[in-house]
Amino acid sequence: MEYEAVIGLEVHVQVKTESKIFSSVGVGFGAQPNSLTDPVVLGLPGVLPVINREAVEKSIKVGMLLNGSIPRVTKWDRKNYFYPDSPKNYQISQFDRPICSGGELEIELKGPSRNVMGEHKTIALTRAHLEEDVGKLIHLEQESLVDFNRAGTPLLEIVSEPDMHTPEEAYAYLTALKMLLIYGEVSHCDMEKGQMRCDANVSVRPAGQKKLGVKVEIKNLNSISGVRNGLAYEIERQIQVLLGGGTLVQETRGWDAAKGMTYHLRSKEESHDYRYFPDPDLMPVRIDRRWRERLRASLPEKPFDRQRRYFDQYSLPYTLTSVLIPDPELCHFFEEAAKRAKLPRQAANWIVNNLLGELGKAGLTLSESKVNPAKIAQLVNLIEEGVISKNLAKERVFPEMFKTGENPAAIVQAKDLGLSESAEELEKICSEIVQANPDTVAEVLSGNKKAINFLKGRVMRATRGKANPALVGPLLEKLIAEKG
Amino acid sequence: MSGPHSIDIDYVAQLARLELTAKERERFSGQLGDILQHFAQLNEVDVSGVEPMAHAFPVENVFREDKSEPGLPPEKALENAPRKRNNMVLVPKVVEG
Repeated sequence: MEYEAVIGLEVHVQVKTESKIFSSVGVGFGAQPNSLTDPVVLGLPGVLPVINREAVEKSIKVGMLLNGSIPRVTKWDRKNYFYPDSPKNYQISQFDRPICSGGELEIELKGPSRNVMGEHKTIALTRAHLEEDVGKLIHLEQESLVDFNRAGTPLLEIVSEPDMHTPEEAYAYLTALKMLLIYGEVSHCDMEKGQMRCDANVSVRPAGQKKLGVKVEIKNLNSISGVRNGLAYEIERQIQVLLGGGTLVQETRGWDAAKGMTYHLRSKEESHDYRYFPDPDLMPVRIDRRWRERLRASLPEKPFDRQRRYFDQYSLPYTLTSVLIPDPELCHFFEEAAKRAKLPRQAANWIVNNLLGELGKAGLTLSESKVNPAKIAQLVNLIEEGVISKNLAKERVFPEMFKTGENPAAIVQAKDLGLSESAEELEKICSEIVQANPDTVAEVLSGNKKAINFLKGRVMRATRGKANPALVGPLLEKLIAEKG
Repeated sequence: MSGPHSIDIDYVAQLARLELTAKERERFSGQLGDILQHFAQLNEVDVSGVEPMAHAFPVENVFREDKSEPGLPPEKALENAPRKRNNMVLVPKVVEG
């Protein structure tokens, strides 16, 4: 029997702020344990949480980027549970009036090859709500250690509908979500630092069946490929249980990336009753039209919209856009170069194929690059105007420009790399080369057309690469024909 | 205890991690039942056309600007912790998903 998987994802994203969501102590990763707390974070008696405006604004922006519906009024509730990661025995979260309802996310599935764009799909979302992150536990043999540094960090939970069917779709969803949040400057989304975390709900059912199968939640999927691998394992496990005549139970399972398998954590019977109620310490937030419009005006162009624009406006091939698009800083660099370059596509080429390569080799970031967009544009224009050959630009000008940050035009002049302009001079050199290599000429004349490349190489060497290859070929052919 | 506003006192005690004596169970059942009774009474009021509210005071949009200030030094933060190690609170091992 054919089975179909149904997948929904819950993604927790730390919203980029300077201070915590309900108090003013700073947020951070890797600080000395329990050095980022205050009485509000620790839930000491008599404290009053006050919400961070930035956390609310950035969350609304996420809701808008996800085409969700932003309510007129949103409020916060207490989610009650006992666990050492929460010092006050409840987590401030949102229950029935989340900051965003509904919404959708455009994703791109893997294409048939790296050069071909994959299929695009839209995944439906349930909601997004803004809550406080909790402390971190370090489990030892007999005991656990609690660090509250992370507690109180603004955390946005984005919940998808059970609208995905393959691990690849889940992978594409996370990739697209991360890209969108980075564009919105709302989160760094570094999964290694726990800034983006993912739980997955997955069930399987016979293909064609409407009714959903028994749902399993997988936790600890702490990398994008972990989500893909964890889901692939779990889907196969569920199918095998069903094929073997067994039954599945609703449970929560953990993902062990090292062993490459999921394991039982707890069953449905042990699931929580959180007894949500409105937090009396916090006032509701009303999002009026003016505020909404101001935030809407600050939204960036979305990644896939930008990619479509790059196809239309600059005729960039998919391969170049797939390198540029995930990195907004790189896109900005390219667009600045494209404004000045006669051939924007060539500018993209130089950035993706040469600049990124050199930066990678030197271990530098784009912001540390001595080459700026104007210099890339100038280089493109020098080639386009026939001032230098592409080869020399690549071999002599670009490395120098990368090392020193000098203008390409100045490098061409200083090193005397310009294409030789005098046709007469070039003809003289070609003629000399033809005279000096009668054997090769004879070979060409006897039908071995490729032998002419040897002569071209000689001309290039004689001119130290400055001859215009577009002229050299025809010129040599003409001179050889005269010999025949 | 059973009735229209009875409460499952064992379940509530379990959720609150409280161990109750038989006497306490009886007393709290009655008290919590009274509270439910009170809310049941409130439920009878016709509120159709009244906008729901989350708070007794009509105050909205109380914000803090996103500026950070120093918090508590770790030793101060951990002052009340019954057990600690390496600047962290030491608790019995509890593993949960």
